[in-house]
Amino acid sequence: MIKARVTVTLKNGVLDPQGKAIEHALDALGFGGVGSVRQGKVFDIEVDSTDKAKVEADLNAMCDKLLANTVIENYAVEIA
Amino acid sequence: MKSAVVVLPGLNRDRDMIAALTKISGKAPVTVWQTDTEIPDVDLIAIPGGFSYGDYLRCGAIAARMPVMRAIADKAAKGVTVIGVCNGFQILVEAGMLPGALMRNASLKFVCREVKLQVTNANTAFTRGYKPNQIIRSPVAHHDGNYFADADTLARIEGEGQVVFRYAEGTNPNGSINDIAGIVNDRGNVLGLMPHPENLIEAAHGGSDGRALFESALGGSSRQPALAGA
Repeated sequence: MIKARVTVTLKNGVLDPQGKAIEHALDALGFGGVGSVRQGKVFDIEVDSTDKAKVEADLNAMCDKLLANTVIENYAVEIA
Repeated sequence: MKSAVVVLPGLNRDRDMIAALTKISGKAPVTVWQTDTEIPDVDLIAIPGGFSYGDYLRCGAIAARMPVMRAIADKAAKGVTVIGVCNGFQILVEAGMLPGALMRNASLKFVCREVKLQVTNANTAFTRGYKPNQIIRSPVAHHDGNYFADADTLARIEGEGQVVFRYAEGTNPNGSINDIAGIVNDRGNVLGLMPHPENLIEAAHGGSDGRALFESALGGSSRQPALAGA
């Protein structure tokens, strides 16, 4: 079993109103000095295989085809 | 004047779309289901609004990967007219049939109200029933209608006249870049828009500004003019 973590984040320059709202809420809680918050997504995926190279290629394809919208998002694949 | 309406789990404007198309074309549209791999011979395919698959992952993302969308892409490639309203627009961009992306409203609030739209290109299969730059009324109801495209894409769609509807001055409900409310693909036979023209087609709705859109689109793909700059 290969365990992987996929992180999807908004590209630079893409407006993130949710991140902005979180940033303001942190400020309201008294956490000064928070310069910026960008919200993203994390997917923990288990793949029944021992072939790391194949799994990594598959995970990248999963990101391109579904997990990320590459018009607005970047992704990173990390295999444990 | 045959039409089809896509029905997916979580859509909730399918009956509105079916009622509108029935009234305007005089014939009930056929319905196609998410798993259908073939679509009957029709002049217009409509993807209605709603919250397909609970908006899981991203609005429209799951629906865009269903078998029916491959069938719709095949039809569109053959020149059949396709319209996606609201969630339907989100599905079309997620399916890669229209450029750009639809993001959370800049206000972070669900908006449900009437806006004014400017018909910025009246020379498409969907808008030839309107006058250039005509201002029309239309309801909106969405949480994720904030259109975004990178600078190159934006320059291209603006330059090619693919921006068909814009929120009229002061009525942009979602922070959409360049006030974009609706766009067509480069061929001009696929339209996506956030507003709901199907909810303003007769006196009982309080107006009929949306009617000309469906009348235009139902005119048949053979009469479709080439996309020209606005």
